[in-house]
Amino acid sequence: MTDQSRIRNFSIIAHIDHGKSTLADRLIQRCGGLTDREMKQQVLDSMDIERERGITIKAQTVRLIYKAKDGVEYTLNLMDTPGHVDFSYEVSRSLAACEGAILVVDASQGVEAQTLANVYLALDNDLEIVPVLNKIDLPAAEPERIKRQVEDVIGLDCSDALEISAKTGIGIDELLEALVTRLPSPPVKDPSDTLRAMLVDSWYDAYLGVVILIRVMDGTIKKGQKVRFMATGVAHEVDRVGIFTPKGVMVNELGPGEMGFITAGIKAVSDCKVGDTITDERKPALEPLEGFKPTVPVVFCGLFPVDASDFEALRDAMGKLALNDSSFHAEMETSAALGFGFRCGFLGLLHLEIIQERLSREYDLDLISTAPSVVYKIKLNNGETIDLHNPADFPDVTYIDTIQEPWIKATIMVPDDYLGPVLTLCTEKRGEQRDLTYVGNRAMVVYDLPLNEVVFDFYDRLKSVSRGYASFDYELTEYREGDLVKVSILINGDPVDALAMIVHRSQAEYRGRHICGRLKDLIPRQLFKVALQAAIGGKVIARETLGALRKDVTAKCYGGDITRKRKLLEKQKEGKKRMRQFGKVEIPQSAFLEALKMGDN
Amino acid sequence: MASSSASPLALYVHWPFCKAKCPYCDFNSHVRDGIDQARWRTALLAELDAALVGFEDRTLTSIFFGGGTPSLMDPETTAALIDRATARVAPAQDIEITLEANPTSVEAGRFRDYRDAGVNRVSLGIQALDDESLRFLGREHSAAEAMTAIDLARENFPRMSFDLIYARKGQTPEAWAAELEQAIGLAADHLSLYQLTIESGTRFYTRSQLGETLTADEEVGAALYDATQERLEALGLPAYEVSNHARPGAESRHNLAYWRYWDYVGIGPGAHGRETRDGAKRATTRQRLPERWIEAVERDGHGLNEVEAVDADRQYREILLMGLRLSDGVPEDRLIRATGRGFEALDADRLQNLIDEDYAVLADGALAMTPAGRLRLNAVLGYLLA
Repeated sequence: MTDQSRIRNFSIIAHIDHGKSTLADRLIQRCGGLTDREMKQQVLDSMDIERERGITIKAQTVRLIYKAKDGVEYTLNLMDTPGHVDFSYEVSRSLAACEGAILVVDASQGVEAQTLANVYLALDNDLEIVPVLNKIDLPAAEPERIKRQVEDVIGLDCSDALEISAKTGIGIDELLEALVTRLPSPPVKDPSDTLRAMLVDSWYDAYLGVVILIRVMDGTIKKGQKVRFMATGVAHEVDRVGIFTPKGVMVNELGPGEMGFITAGIKAVSDCKVGDTITDERKPALEPLEGFKPTVPVVFCGLFPVDASDFEALRDAMGKLALNDSSFHAEMETSAALGFGFRCGFLGLLHLEIIQERLSREYDLDLISTAPSVVYKIKLNNGETIDLHNPADFPDVTYIDTIQEPWIKATIMVPDDYLGPVLTLCTEKRGEQRDLTYVGNRAMVVYDLPLNEVVFDFYDRLKSVSRGYASFDYELTEYREGDLVKVSILINGDPVDALAMIVHRSQAEYRGRHICGRLKDLIPRQLFKVALQAAIGGKVIARETLGALRKDVTAKCYGGDITRKRKLLEKQKEGKKRMRQFGKVEIPQSAFLEALKMGDN
Repeated sequence: MASSSASPLALYVHWPFCKAKCPYCDFNSHVRDGIDQARWRTALLAELDAALVGFEDRTLTSIFFGGGTPSLMDPETTAALIDRATARVAPAQDIEITLEANPTSVEAGRFRDYRDAGVNRVSLGIQALDDESLRFLGREHSAAEAMTAIDLARENFPRMSFDLIYARKGQTPEAWAAELEQAIGLAADHLSLYQLTIESGTRFYTRSQLGETLTADEEVGAALYDATQERLEALGLPAYEVSNHARPGAESRHNLAYWRYWDYVGIGPGAHGRETRDGAKRATTRQRLPERWIEAVERDGHGLNEVEAVDADRQYREILLMGLRLSDGVPEDRLIRATGRGFEALDADRLQNLIDEDYAVLADGALAMTPAGRLRLNAVLGYLLA
């Protein structure tokens, strides 16, 4: 057990690409956690997607042993946190497991919206923050200007900010020393106190079962101890206690202030809620640690295999993903237009993208997703309130009293050259401006926005109107009543379930027209006219007509062509299995897939 | 002469060689140097002998020499094949013997020899009546040569047809109307008017895949088709099939045999046949590659590649997909005789939809396409049969 005064628990807060992973690697290397040979670039981001996107999805921790200038060996526990807004609750728990944080800011790029959000989370958790300017070796570095910016925007004193280059190693020793001298050690506790450890994250390992990352707050956790998870109420016997160096190393116990992992014969991560308190089964704590919140999916969409025969493979993959990701929800869904698939819930859009990408990359599945939807609260006339996340379940309007939709507080940082279009975009998305401030030539705008507008095409539009210079962050704030309607898309009078959407009345016509227009381009011409309509209830709000096919044949067909022509017909017959009938016409499923795939471009 | 009650038989002979491959053509044609005409004659005669065994009691109603370019075949070969065929199967009194010919001067110079061999109808691959279009289509002849060939054909053969390819890129309805007018003035009694289609495996296909537009778009193509129907109807050559027009009585009897699903025997490389033997319909195909075919014939006495039984269900579909090309459509009794099933076997709702949309007509015991239906026949067949 480590002497608490010699422990420093910290995380690194940084925007994507500002060098968090490189810095973590450099710290591990400097403290001898891995030999140079073992040092794979960016050790902590173990998934391909994490490495490629520079986003950490799962929290990880590394114990570093650092011999400081005072001649004493300190234990530095680096908690690597998820780096995206969708995981802000997870980030807040990772931060709550630390006493300090390194704030990494790119010395030429400056502060971005996400950094800001995470710094505020750190301040909320009373963390001591060491500001660090990275990439100081680059010619474009302007440390003085960026320091002023950090002071202006965040209000953090930068007189002691360190200037480093994680890439070349400049300033790493100074940083390690600052961690020891400037960060507080964990509060001194008696190791024999009642155990309270915070569950920071968990994942499934094929050999060990579920591995749980913990921070011991009070007491001691030991191998063989029977522990209880206070939120879920389940009890398990600890069969392994260990730390990461970053290699897994078994230890006998973890005491107050220490970080590490346990395994306890747990089969599914669904039992392991981030932020839960682990206590002793025989001598349980009276109160759990503060701050636990069950995670709830915020964004939903349907995922369907492009090839129906991939459904079983998709089901299998969903099961495996759920093993590792307790915030991912999936249940089976049937769509008349798309066949069998799953309705899935995510923490946010990025989470959705990551899952989609993992399904296609790790499981080699070709998937199509329906338009993302948020969770609406519908108050019915009978007083009941229902949560609605699938437009297909939209009740008859005559039963509806009011509909509420989730709103967010969005923070956008953007060079002032692009401010105009960003403001226009926010207004178009029903945004309400809260704040607009300038820091040098960058503007920081804060808007209240309905989440359903953000999940539609906000990211892409923001990226395009700002040429990629805007950064964006949000937090869910409240539910507000809204004039929301279900827009159905009808083909020859029959609704296409997969294309239905819930939108604000003011957007209904535009969105309906948009999708009808797209279908018109995608559906092959038929022998008969095809009416494409968008409707609210029985009222048509947009309409397109796909004219009948004008001609398709005047070639020759003689004795040698019969067999070929007949085989062509048989092939067509085969193809009809992938068709959906709407009145007189048959529409290839691929048209719907394509309509959804083109998303919101 | 055979009695008129004997069931009819049509004979197709495939000559697989061309001087050059046209960029739009996906037929079984090959460019080869130094063709041994005598060897090919012997092989075709051998296969003819084998193919006609068992059909001695039929009436031979037509012979069609197609290709490739059969006007590159020695007239002696043509004569030998006609003589052998009519010796084995009694010819109808009005037997139609057609030769496809290209209008180059060399080939036109031999028209008299083909006539002497017994050919009584020629089908000329004119394709266009101006030099620019002929160059675009990669033809070996000029417009002037075409005119000469037409004159010579008229002198030598009682019946003449020629092909034109239209709905080329940039073709206007006015220009096409003028071309049609000129064609009729050349005294053909039969015209095959094909819209340019891009078939895979052709040079045009490659070019279109690379982004080049070679054909008129769907709208223009449809307008040109409608104009063609109207124009030729007025001039006395109504359409009797999707792409074929004739003065009444001048229809190609050989091709009608295909569309009416009569029996036909096909010989030569890649030739297909539909033959009824012992009451069962069979589909025959022959070795496609000229070298393979001739080796097979020399070894086995025939170049048959595959003989497939055509069951009632398949016949039903084949009868419709061929027969609905004809303006007369398909009489229900043709289906019933061949398969025991009439129109009741079709999807009644779909049939009604086609009739309601004015694509199809059900009258006098026959199902026929309207001109609008013929213009979209692939889609109609897909709707009805797939």
